[in-house]
Amino acid sequence: MRVPVVQMEDITKVYGEGEAEVRAVDGVSLTVATGEYVAIMGASGSGKSTLMNIIGALDVATSGIYRIDGVDIGDLDDDALSLVRNRRIGFIFQAFNLIPRMSAAANVELPLMYRGVRRSERRRRALDALGKVGLADRAHHQPNELSGGQQQRVAVARALAMEPSLMLADEPTGNLDSKSTADVLDLLDEIHSEGKTIVIITHEDEVAARADRVVTLRDGRIESDVLAAAR
Amino acid sequence: MIFIEALRSGWQAILANRLRSILTTLGIMIGVAAVIILVAFGQGASNSVTSSIQSLGSNLLTVTAENPNRGGEIVNPSIQDLTVEDAAALNDPVAAPDVAGAAPEKRAAVTCTIGDLSHSTQMIGTWPAYFEITNSPVAAGAYFSNADELSARRIVVIGSTVAEELFPDSDPLGKRISCNGAPFTVVGVQEEKGASFTNPDDIVIAPITAVENSITGYGAVSSISVQATSPETTDLAEEQVIAILDDRHGTQEGTRDFEVFNQASLLETANTALGVFTALLGAVGAISLLVGGIGITNIMLVSVTERTREIGIRKAIGASRRFILLQFLLEATVLSLFGATAGVGIAILIAQVEVAGISPSVVPISVVGAYVISVAIGLFFGSYPAKRAASLRPIEALRHE
Repeated sequence: MRVPVVQMEDITKVYGEGEAEVRAVDGVSLTVATGEYVAIMGASGSGKSTLMNIIGALDVATSGIYRIDGVDIGDLDDDALSLVRNRRIGFIFQAFNLIPRMSAAANVELPLMYRGVRRSERRRRALDALGKVGLADRAHHQPNELSGGQQQRVAVARALAMEPSLMLADEPTGNLDSKSTADVLDLLDEIHSEGKTIVIITHEDEVAARADRVVTLRDGRIESDVLAAAR
Repeated sequence: MIFIEALRSGWQAILANRLRSILTTLGIMIGVAAVIILVAFGQGASNSVTSSIQSLGSNLLTVTAENPNRGGEIVNPSIQDLTVEDAAALNDPVAAPDVAGAAPEKRAAVTCTIGDLSHSTQMIGTWPAYFEITNSPVAAGAYFSNADELSARRIVVIGSTVAEELFPDSDPLGKRISCNGAPFTVVGVQEEKGASFTNPDDIVIAPITAVENSITGYGAVSSISVQATSPETTDLAEEQVIAILDDRHGTQEGTRDFEVFNQASLLETANTALGVFTALLGAVGAISLLVGGIGITNIMLVSVTERTREIGIRKAIGASRRFILLQFLLEATVLSLFGATAGVGIAILIAQVEVAGISPSVVPISVVGAYVISVAIGLFFGSYPAKRAASLRPIEALRHE
């Protein structure tokens, strides 16, 4: 059996000390296998943002063991975490998080540049990825010349071009109208159908409905973990 | 590889904020231009002083009489004057091999007239060798000769100032002027020497015998001008002159009744003083360069704050600390280099202008130095903001609006 992409054992994240102590994530154990499409749901304050930061290796847990592709990232330093994100995780953020005043193609190329891919090679991969999200003709537009839906598709292209082990989407449709929401979700479906592993954090049922497994958080703990087939 | 990519990223950021980049560059530009221009003016002043000292005769020694009796205490009871014979004794190729020539000078304040025009000036009675010794070519006419000197002919070579005063619109050659009542015929006009501490062109030069006959009477000479064979042998010639005169006057260190004044050491002293002056000007320029550097820190800090989110994105998708650090450092250095280039350009333009009679001379080392220092400034003043950027934590940076 293949090593799971995400393997969390008893992950806890504590902010503050003493009286002010907040256990944002409290003993979460979660495994996501290769090719799975998992939605993490929860009301605000349920700890899903904190969990997303830990899954994305943007933050480290206070205690517990977290392995990405079998690599324990518990005691990695800043630069090593950057490397893990660069090699294994493709982010799609609610706020798109494209770099202003850089063309769509340059934005998509950026993570490949940090990886040390040659210029011609990454240009090719960036244009491929932009073609896949249907924005080949917008490659030289800057983010402020693109609609929200288009910006998010550029962000998806950026994640795709990295060929990550895990696509991690944090409320990807939170800032989009329903048409663009449908476009982006269709895109994620398509990516999933090609065998990619996707974790999507959302509070919208219609978004979660696309996933084949829904994990619900409440007060930092997993309240339910349901396969779509069982619903 | 990472260097080129970081440079490219930094360059994009510079282009993205053109106005701010230009304003930051301005600070360094002014600093660099100030250093180069001020040093150039210092060098220009130094050059002008050096050349006016050299125009007096670069390897010239002047011997003057000196009273060694200090504070009423009689050190040497038998002070001897400098004489024409002393001057003759210095023209000795055996005892003074490094002396090219020596000539006595007998100075007298005279008033020279021609027609209604009158001019007070200084008359020098000397030998023909004087012209070569003091580097004083004639612009028109001729020098007087040894024969003229022997026969005490009343002829003069006049300085250009005297020529202008007495012959405002006629040719002085062959005219007869009257100096303190004695008639002299003008045979030559000295080439203009230009401004110095005293005006070397306000002078009339005549055979020493003629001056003694008609104006000063016989006796002591005012000074003896000695020319060394080359600037390098000036010090040797000085020693030889002292030895000969000590021998003739029966003096030694402490009781000497003459003093040898060395043009080369004057030049050295003047250069040292001007070097200090130039360094001072450079320091003033360096202060503005420092202010420019602080401007870079300031702007880069603003830039880091403003681009916190961008830095967060870059780190989230895998930029290492090193890359962010390098990007911001290079950004600061590139800005600084652009400022230096503009500053050098402006300095070279301004250095074409002559101010207060000083033509500035751009010192190549100050240009090279300005570049090196501006790179150092970029690295130094950029390092704090760059470190701040590199150590931003991605989740906090991403939350930044």
